Amino acid sequence: MIPAAFEYTRASSVEEALAILASDEGAKLIAGGQSLLPLMKLRLAQPARLVDIGRLPELRGVSRLDDGRLSVGALTTYAELMDSPAVHLGVIRDAVPSIADVQVRNRGTVGGAVAHADPASDLPAALLALDAELVIQSSSGTRNVRADGFFQGPFTTGLAHDEILAAVILPAPRHDAGSAYAALEQRASGYPIAGVAAVVVVGAGGMIEWAGVGVTGVSDHPYRAHEVESALVGTMGSVEAVAAAAELVVGDREVNADIHAGRAYRAAMAVVHARRAIEAALARAS
Amino acid sequence: MTADVLGAPVKRVEDPKFITGRGRYLDDITLPAMTHMAILRSPYAHANIRSIDISAAKAAPGVVTVIVGADIPYNPLPMAWPAGGASGIQNNISTPRALATDSVKWTGEGVAAVIAESAAQARDALDLIEVEWEPLPAVVDAEKAIADGAPQLHENAPNNHVFDWQVGDKPGTDAAFANAEVVVSQRLVNHRLIPNPMEVRGDIGWYNPGTGEYTIWMSSQTPHIQRLLLAAFVMGVPEQKIRCISPDVGGAFGSKIFCYADMALVLFASKAIGGRPVKWVEARRESFGSTIHGRDHITYVDVAATRAGEVKGLRVRTLANLGGRLSTIGPGIPTTLYGRILSGPYKIPNVHCEVTGVYTNTTFVDAYRGAGRPEATYVVERAMDLLADELGIDPAEVRRRNFLPPDSFPYDNPSGLLTAVNGSKLYIDSGNYEPAMDKALAMAGYADTAAKKAEAKARGKLLGVGLSTYIEVCGVAPSKWIGAVGEGWGAAMWESSNIKVHLTGKVVVTMGTQPQGQGHETTYAQIISHELGVPMEDIVVQHSDTQGTPFGYGSYGSRTSNVGTGAAIKAAARIREKARRYAAHMLEASVDDIEVDGAEYRVKGSPDKKKTIQEIAFALDLAFDAPEGMEPYLDETAYHDTPNCTFPFGTHIATVEVDEETGNVELVRYVAVDDVGKKINPMIVDGQLHGGIVQGIGQALWEEAVYDDDGQLLSGSLLDYALPRAAWLPNFELDETVTPSPVNPLGVKGVGEAGCIASTAAVANAVNDALSPLGIRHLDMPFTAQKVWGAMQAAPRSSGSSKGGQA
Repeated sequence: MIPAAFEYTRASSVEEALAILASDEGAKLIAGGQSLLPLMKLRLAQPARLVDIGRLPELRGVSRLDDGRLSVGALTTYAELMDSPAVHLGVIRDAVPSIADVQVRNRGTVGGAVAHADPASDLPAALLALDAELVIQSSSGTRNVRADGFFQGPFTTGLAHDEILAAVILPAPRHDAGSAYAALEQRASGYPIAGVAAVVVVGAGGMIEWAGVGVTGVSDHPYRAHEVESALVGTMGSVEAVAAAAELVVGDREVNADIHAGRAYRAAMAVVHARRAIEAALARAS
Repeated sequence: MTADVLGAPVKRVEDPKFITGRGRYLDDITLPAMTHMAILRSPYAHANIRSIDISAAKAAPGVVTVIVGADIPYNPLPMAWPAGGASGIQNNISTPRALATDSVKWTGEGVAAVIAESAAQARDALDLIEVEWEPLPAVVDAEKAIADGAPQLHENAPNNHVFDWQVGDKPGTDAAFANAEVVVSQRLVNHRLIPNPMEVRGDIGWYNPGTGEYTIWMSSQTPHIQRLLLAAFVMGVPEQKIRCISPDVGGAFGSKIFCYADMALVLFASKAIGGRPVKWVEARRESFGSTIHGRDHITYVDVAATRAGEVKGLRVRTLANLGGRLSTIGPGIPTTLYGRILSGPYKIPNVHCEVTGVYTNTTFVDAYRGAGRPEATYVVERAMDLLADELGIDPAEVRRRNFLPPDSFPYDNPSGLLTAVNGSKLYIDSGNYEPAMDKALAMAGYADTAAKKAEAKARGKLLGVGLSTYIEVCGVAPSKWIGAVGEGWGAAMWESSNIKVHLTGKVVVTMGTQPQGQGHETTYAQIISHELGVPMEDIVVQHSDTQGTPFGYGSYGSRTSNVGTGAAIKAAARIREKARRYAAHMLEASVDDIEVDGAEYRVKGSPDKKKTIQEIAFALDLAFDAPEGMEPYLDETAYHDTPNCTFPFGTHIATVEVDEETGNVELVRYVAVDDVGKKINPMIVDGQLHGGIVQGIGQALWEEAVYDDDGQLLSGSLLDYALPRAAWLPNFELDETVTPSPVNPLGVKGVGEAGCIASTAAVANAVNDALSPLGIRHLDMPFTAQKVWGAMQAAPRSSGSSKGGQA
């Protein structure tokens, strides 16, 4: 459990980190290190250089934007996220405590989880369902992208080598919305076999006006299940409507299989947990 | 007077150091000029080694030397417990060498070792060793390994049979089946487990060229045995030239009983590099493949019974997967410690058991907490439930009808299960099984099970209740018996204790046993305080170093509280007797007139004429006034060979809920009534029970070693091998009955493995009970969500749920 040799640089500013990334193809960012270091110890990852951004204050903390949305700095730890106004989002409240253990939640960061893009990571499902925005910084400036489309494959994102994920922007909690996360845990790793985050906005008459459904653990990257969302919107969220929508959660996607869950089981669990997450979200919206 | 602490829940004297990080484990030790070793392990489950090129590794930064198997003149590791007990049993033995020479038999077998200035340099250089492999077909499943056309692992083991062993009464059992009113049969898989103590294994070897002596620090349960095995069987070095030291050991569960290749390797390496110490500590992932595994039985069980549920015969055929080569006592576990106790707490007149040990391309299998007894308990407890199911009788009632009555003891099994070839027997020492079961049934509200099932069903959960009425075999074992159930060298099983009372009145107790977290420093001190009347805080208990402790066989098989304690009590009695003789001299009285009360030695009828043991020790240690013929100093050693094993028992009741949609199993309630005889420290007993129960639950619900067909360990890390977590468990509800053991003066039975022996079967029975409404008769462990879901999907009857999962 000894990593291969690597160079280490502690960045003193975002600009310095960006400059190193731009000049060194072998450089990799490290923040909380809760995902990267275990991979390095197993020598599954062997970066030539680590650029430690873990102490940059400008990337840390949760603040409220003028429009009421929450800007979560990339270095915000899971524990800090649970201590922030983001806890009013049910899907955050459900998903974050299911991530790893207390020690990991004290060190692991929001930005690290998103940039690392483990196909079974819990948090991306929540961000997809919330239609979160990602703030990406490079030497040439800042760009904002939606979480939907950011996750592209196993450990693969829309982040270029010379970019840093600076913040995640979450929608403001609102009274007519409800959200929840439901997952079946793989007992050894704690990662979800199937995890589904659901957000619903319910109109005064009880009709679902908007839905966001994020899915993790099921396919080669976390995805937003637009088919489920479309099936929900315009319904009254009846048991039958929710069940019918949940059936669409996998679609024709290729489903992961391992010793803990074969394709049929994992797909079935995606449906069950989609239904459970949507039902819980609806209950919170009323 | 010193308060009597025997039987009191005294806080563990070890804990301040352990809970404040002051424990000193193997990896905490750094010696001057120490080097570090890393072992290159086979990536193939079965392969010939054509060549090994170490030149690049040797030239790597910091590398001191690189060793391959051909460099090492040592013998293969010893196999100390062949399957025996009936004449003419052939054991086809292949054991590991310090490093493999010609071929490897499992992924993880060591083939080369790098010694370097740092652990990182040693690890880096492993990548530079080039091995030319000739991969061979592999087999990992015991049934497939003995089938025609299977890959053959060893020339001396046709069809991969290690041994074919049997015990019990075959003609009697056959007759019982011929005349049976009911026969129930089932194939049972007791899957493979990986022990995973908190502290992984490691060694530091040091050869002193000035004296020709070897010292090895090892995370081991058995330093004295390792000294003997390494000297006499592996290295060919005189025993007095080797010293073995076990520092604090952070858990073991059996996995640190054995003689491992790395032990010989660090000693060879230290000598090869001129006497610099060599440290090796396994990585967790390395531990998964190269420290022993446990269990792995495929069993066919048949039960013959009357319609009234009275069991008349038990027939068991088991394939025991022992891995690619044999570990130190691998064959002894599925034979003596399994087949001989299959009848459990029941009066079963006819029992016959056949076991075939099988080589496969997997990590070797040896004793893991319970070692044979959990496997036996699982077989007989599943059999009882299957019989109950067949007859439509409540499982508790079937057990009640078959329990040995309380006047049965000492019980000599009529099938001779516990009889060795030389005629020496074990007897089940004492028992009273029904009250323990009744107490557990009452605590668990067993009578209300149907109502609970209905309530759970309304929540989409299938509730199940499972019993396990177990016996354990503790205090292993009388040497005469253990010697005769094995063949060849075998092992004695006595224990030792030395007690010294220094002139300050302080007491030093040295033991041949070896703790690995059990709290020996507390419990022995409680016993000696009770025996000598000395306050606990004046007693220190030492162990773990072959230089300075009397030879002992170590701690495993729940033997310390019976055998080790027996030695300590004997030594204390000798101290008392000598103190009494000297007290008589000091008090100018006859020895016969001296009565002992705690620390006080008084003249009968003259209570004011007295000396304390501290005063006696002071005078006798100075020896200014010792009478003619009396040796100075209170210093006594005793050796104890137990006359019998001890047999704890009890009833465990698990309640589970199965999620109808996901197959996820939640343990919602756990009740255990255990009878471990008298207790030395009830808090430590509870701790042992809690830990054991959790380990057994872990097997039933979550833990499983999974190999693919090529022999790759797919569950080779804690990301894929699920150890139990506290948050997944309910509070355990424990209670007791107390049936003292007549085997030792304290009446204790032991408790190290009881929880683990009982709980697996209780949970398995509970899950099968939960699934029974679906027409599922038997499902093998572990009851992972996916497996349970799959069984529900394929079940003959639907659960009737409106929200059933889809295929």
